[in-house]
Amino acid sequence: MSIFTLVWNYFKARPLNTAINILLLSLGIAVMTILLLFNKQLEQKITENARGIDLVVGAKGSPLQLILCNIFHVDFPTGNIKLNEAERFAKHRLVKRAIPLALGDSYQSYRIVGTSQQYAELYKAELQEGNWWKNTLDVTIGANVGTIAPLKIGDKFASAHGLAEGGHTHNEHQYRVVGVMKRTNTVLDNLILTNVESVWEMHEEHASEEAHEDHEEHTELRDSSFIPSPLVPSIAKGDSVKEITSMLIQYRSPMGAIQLPRLVNSQSSLQAASPAFETARLFSIMGVGVDILMAFAYVLIFISGLSIFIALYNSLKERRYDLAIMRSMGASRTKLFVSILLEGGILTLLGSVIGLLMGHGVLVLLSGFVEETQKAGIDGFVFYPEEWIILVGSLLLGLLCAVIPAIQAYRTDISKVLAGN
Amino acid sequence: MISIHDLSFQYSAGNSIRFPDFTVTKGEHCLLLGESGSGKTTLLHLLGGLLRNYAGSVKVDNTELAQLSEASLDRFRGQHIGFVFQRNHLVSALSVEKNLMLAPYLAGLKINTERITEVLSGLGLAEKRKSSVTQLSHGQAQRVAIARAVLNKPSIIFADEPTSALDDKNCDRVIHMLMDVAAQNQSTLLVATHDQRLKDKISKQVKLSSS
Ligand SMILES: Nc1ncnc2c1ncn2[C@@H]1O[C@H](COP(=O)(O)OP(=O)(O)O)[C@@H](O)[C@H]1O
Ligand SMILES: [Mg+2]
Repeated sequence: MSIFTLVWNYFKARPLNTAINILLLSLGIAVMTILLLFNKQLEQKITENARGIDLVVGAKGSPLQLILCNIFHVDFPTGNIKLNEAERFAKHRLVKRAIPLALGDSYQSYRIVGTSQQYAELYKAELQEGNWWKNTLDVTIGANVGTIAPLKIGDKFASAHGLAEGGHTHNEHQYRVVGVMKRTNTVLDNLILTNVESVWEMHEEHASEEAHEDHEEHTELRDSSFIPSPLVPSIAKGDSVKEITSMLIQYRSPMGAIQLPRLVNSQSSLQAASPAFETARLFSIMGVGVDILMAFAYVLIFISGLSIFIALYNSLKERRYDLAIMRSMGASRTKLFVSILLEGGILTLLGSVIGLLMGHGVLVLLSGFVEETQKAGIDGFVFYPEEWIILVGSLLLGLLCAVIPAIQAYRTDISKVLAGN
Repeated sequence: MISIHDLSFQYSAGNSIRFPDFTVTKGEHCLLLGESGSGKTTLLHLLGGLLRNYAGSVKVDNTELAQLSEASLDRFRGQHIGFVFQRNHLVSALSVEKNLMLAPYLAGLKINTERITEVLSGLGLAEKRKSSVTQLSHGQAQRVAIARAVLNKPSIIFADEPTSALDDKNCDRVIHMLMDVAAQNQSTLLVATHDQRLKDKISKQVKLSSS
């Protein structure tokens, strides 16, 4: 026998009421937990993915789309830009690194990215097995592509035009997997990396014989006068035909942030978008939805608090005799006060623990069964210190709801109750 | 054991209830007789420390109750006094056994399961130990209430109208049960009643007059 046995038996004596109170609260807490986990992990992912990229230069269009497409690989390209135009900024004195991206094709909705080795270095990618891509049509795949698609070293596959599954497939040429990257928990996990030339080759198959010959001529022309492009070294600097989707830029100094975007936007047909600025905008757009859901969670929690208060208040009327008889057996006022407080506290603590578990459980299920969540890298097994706040907060809520009933218990006139008037 | 001198109590100003002086010695059984409204319940509550702020003197175990703080009065009550009420007032959320455990737990004493077994079987309740108290008959519930009152081996048992709602046969059984358990535990027994059937069961009697 302890104060907990007592409280527990009172819960058992009205199981339906107890269950509903716990359920209400745990639903509110679960919504809160899911939002917390989702928001935190998404923010973390977004900042991780954008780390080291100060500016994205691409075709004119929506700057947010430019960022979404070229950093997070979730939107379609705004168009293509001429290689020679991009080169002008790649060699700018304020630019430390310029990484070309050539997008357009995918395999099973995993995007194929024609780029340079620097792109993998940006995310500190390491090889799980095999090698980095070297020859045209060689690919090195991200961790998720290896496990979910699944592809392995030596596999050959034809890419599909566009990003969605089931687009027009380029059957004539096939990519070959030469390596698999270790998990980086960035967007790289969902990408298939190759060189820019591979992407060109895929799309040049539509071009005429003439162009093909032209291409061969190019390679023969590699003599002393050949100056390689700073973005794609196999191509001569100043090539006016070749196109890429975008260029990721890392500044050499903070001055870059002041000068480069203006320079790009004013002096060319190109557009520059800042990931920091656009993601901040994205967060504020997402924030509205999150706020609405959060308000819903608060309403649920408030109602459950009210319901717990009403339940305790009502049960106390029925329990006046119990309280009086306990006093006649030697229980002090304080003991009864504490036992009612505990009843509220334990109820909400139970509710919030169940809610936290439910929240994590939902995300574990989601990341286990829904490919999109899996690709986004949302993990239900991650715990945040904020969850302690939820736990302590709901304990306080329980105590708060129980204060008035507990004061009532404290004040019970035992003699009057026992006399049975 | 119990001694009352010049005692009066007011529920509200100007409405004083006066009690006759009397003493009860240790182990003695005593009947507190009086019409309904004569102050029997009030007196038991005063003796048990459930009511305070009296005028005059109430000594239990040579302690003037007015001198105890509320907290020490709670402790005193838990460790020395067992109450039996007309309505049994069992805690319906708890089983028979847990109702009994409540007595030592709330009095701050150690829970002794052998003692629970002893008291339950002494009152013929051994097989009801795990039952919910809501499943008991009135008679069984009353025996559980008596078991609860004597479990801590209190030096005093106060019974308030324990037989008023019972037929002759059960009235007889309950008063003898009370007297037996009191004797077994060497407890002083004070029974407050207006039930005339008890008059020849206990010889020592104190009469309260309704005024
Ligand atoms: N809580 C109370 N407030 C005011 N008066 C009370 C209260 N309880 C009892 N009384 C009055 O005190 C007197 C004694 O009551 P009580 O002790 O219950 O008598 P008995 O138990 O002998 O029937 C009665 O006149 C009753 O009306
Ligand atoms: Mg009475």
